[in-house]
Amino acid sequence: MDSLLGKAGGWLALVFLSFIAMVMAADGGFAVHMGIIMTACLIALWVTISKADYAAIGRGILRAPADPGKYDDDPVRWGVIATLFWGMAGFAVGLYIALQLAFPVLNLGLEYTTFGRLRPLHTSAVIFAFGGNALIATSFYVVQRTCRARLAFPRLARFVFWGYQLFIVLAATGYLMGVTQSREYAEPEWYVDLWLTIVWVSYAVVYIGTIVKRSEPHIYVANWFFLSFILTVAMLHVVNGLTIPVSLLGAKSYSAFSGVQDALTQWWYGHNAVGFFLTAGFLGMMYYFVPKQAERPVYSYRLSIIHFWSLIFLYIWAGPHHLHYTALPDWAQTLGMVFSIVLWMPSWGGMINGLMTLNGAWDKIRTDPIIRMMVLALAFYGMSTFEGPMMSIKAVNSLSHYTDWTIGHVHSGALGWNGMITFAALYYMVPRLWGHPRLYSLRMVNWHFWLATIGIVLYAASMWVAGIMQGLMWREYGDDGYLVYAFSEVVSAMFPMYMIRATGGLLYLAGAVVMVYNVWMTLAGRVRDEKPMTQTPYDEAADKPLVAAPAE
Amino acid sequence: MSENKRVDKPTGTETVGHEWDGIEELDTPMPRWWLWTLYATIIWAIGYVILYPAIPMIHSASEGLLGWSSRGEYAQAVSARERELEPIRQALVSTDIRKLHGSPELMQQAVEGGRSAFKVHCVQCHGSGAAGSAGYPNLNDDDWLWGGDLEAIEYTLIHGIRNPDHEQTRFSQMPAFGRDGILQPTEIQDLVSHVRVLAGREKQSAAATRGAMLFEANCAICHGSDGTGDRTQGAPNLTDAISLYGLDRASLTNTITNSRYGVMPRWGQRLDSATIRMLAAYVYSLGGGEKLPALEATATTPVESDGDEQS
Repeated sequence: MDSLLGKAGGWLALVFLSFIAMVMAADGGFAVHMGIIMTACLIALWVTISKADYAAIGRGILRAPADPGKYDDDPVRWGVIATLFWGMAGFAVGLYIALQLAFPVLNLGLEYTTFGRLRPLHTSAVIFAFGGNALIATSFYVVQRTCRARLAFPRLARFVFWGYQLFIVLAATGYLMGVTQSREYAEPEWYVDLWLTIVWVSYAVVYIGTIVKRSEPHIYVANWFFLSFILTVAMLHVVNGLTIPVSLLGAKSYSAFSGVQDALTQWWYGHNAVGFFLTAGFLGMMYYFVPKQAERPVYSYRLSIIHFWSLIFLYIWAGPHHLHYTALPDWAQTLGMVFSIVLWMPSWGGMINGLMTLNGAWDKIRTDPIIRMMVLALAFYGMSTFEGPMMSIKAVNSLSHYTDWTIGHVHSGALGWNGMITFAALYYMVPRLWGHPRLYSLRMVNWHFWLATIGIVLYAASMWVAGIMQGLMWREYGDDGYLVYAFSEVVSAMFPMYMIRATGGLLYLAGAVVMVYNVWMTLAGRVRDEKPMTQTPYDEAADKPLVAAPAE
Repeated sequence: MSENKRVDKPTGTETVGHEWDGIEELDTPMPRWWLWTLYATIIWAIGYVILYPAIPMIHSASEGLLGWSSRGEYAQAVSARERELEPIRQALVSTDIRKLHGSPELMQQAVEGGRSAFKVHCVQCHGSGAAGSAGYPNLNDDDWLWGGDLEAIEYTLIHGIRNPDHEQTRFSQMPAFGRDGILQPTEIQDLVSHVRVLAGREKQSAAATRGAMLFEANCAICHGSDGTGDRTQGAPNLTDAISLYGLDRASLTNTITNSRYGVMPRWGQRLDSATIRMLAAYVYSLGGGEKLPALEATATTPVESDGDEQS
């Protein structure tokens, strides 16, 4: 009873605190955010009171602990649903801003719906809401199974999930209200940053705690990648987020760095958000789900060691290549470029290890749509990790920088690699997590595969053409020695490319809609009557933590 | 761990002996091409670091054997370009602008330079085709507020329009007849009718006749009794079909009620005099350039291509 009172009292105190902060707020954005936090605390308060097991409390005994013979998969299930939800939101906003670039009237003349505010909403929704939830869910799924142990600190794991969702809501609403630090991929303001720090440290504690209590003698390679992702993102987030708030009751803050130091800190963060969030984290995903789905051993243990350590050592230095030909000193630009080039092979190590794991199971590409998605993901991973080092070469960068080529590069990685490997992992997990014999439809997975693939090809190809065209038009001199094009002429030349890009985005979104329907029907317990495709069997008896037999 | 080693049948490779949730690992050596490419990039990186600025030290960084710097490369490219253009610039600045069309080759070079500069500095308001939009004059036609010969265009470019902190700027201000209570709303409607009759947009009417009297009393001093305007004070010609802010009733009502106050920056303090001449030649060449400077119009506009505010 005491603990119930204490908990409810704690939530109530937080409700009051956030209410006071809301009333005293220096600006509207901060007030709205404190209102959101107050609402979240009220919901938590309500859940605390209504879920309390009064009978058990009355009997004065603790509730029976959850079944130790099963993995703790609740946060994983929530994470799967959150991934789908935020994915749909992020893709839809992406399509909308793609159309805004072709038809500026879609800005609607409202500050809340301008491209400048919707663009960070899109990037954060797909990277951190879709990708982040996918990473948290899969890492909790993978770490339990490869350690044969339940999650350490189950309550904290639930806090990580809900705390992360609150972070997403605060970030997203902030962008729409114009509450932003204007740091790419790190737009949320100081108090949201602080909240994310608390959530992220909790995530690290749960994750490392689970590894510590593992029943396996060794730590599997997927966990190395997840761990490097969690630790490095913590460091990046803290350093890049160093700011001084104008007022403790206001949203606005100023960076601790200035000028070119600020820019370099930003891109040290920004590049490693790509490197550790979108590469290392998703490689962790790949290293579990590819061998599981293919039922084949990982291609090369030695390659995984060398490519892991070289990847994480090199990636952290490559950020300055985002600032070629700027005020950044030449030596830093050189090092950014050099480390990026050396990064090429370490990146490809992951692709080789993933693809060659299919040795002995190549036929599954023909018959298993989930394997097909994984292979496409690895192929796009390979393409973008070749393209990246190439674009970091100064001569190439002088053409590609500031053009849509960069956008095409990012999306071949994001849609092709991150998206497809996430879809594959979700398709693998959903029937197992909810205890269904198989997905509602494997044929629909195939539809999703083709819609997404054609979408990516249209997207990437149109942006390559657009980017190179922009770069060449900007630098074109006529015979008399003067620049030929005005900026606006280059913009209007982009229109057909922007339309092709939006079409690609529409197809990708359509594929995701098929997925949501498929998962929905699977959860409803339905099985579509269709011609069967190859399916990886599920050994439910083996999907359990190792529990020491009680001493007799 | 080694006790679980086995040979994987499809590949014939031995496993390492670990197993996690059914996942094993093969003991395949790293692909040679992969390893050698990695070594090659490392060797290339070392070479690059020696040749280019790379190693940070306390006060500066290593300069690299090639002595290359991005600032140096930029300065070189700019100065090469400047050397190439210098003769044209010199010739442009030293030629009397009124005689510029006397040398077609120089004029052509100035027009090309102006075309390029226009795309950087002017398209934001006047549009990439120089066709303007509401409030921003179309430069393709032959209707000029302040004069369309080379000299007048150059003066406008150098001194701008309605720059509050600059004495020589082109300046005019129409009274806000409605807002300042000089005319009643009904009178303004009559005036609108008259102006539309002048522009050929409306047929003569009783309202327009009343408006004509108001025009004579309030507007003719600048726009002239016949409404053909006066370039010495930037008063537009109201009898043609061209209008800066629109000839529909709503726009005219707004103009007469609140007046307008369009501003153009004075480029004399931002661009060098050769570039300004190029811009003048380009605007002149667009179609509406006036061949002979109207002497009475230029009487008040001495050439000041090298004004005191130029940098």
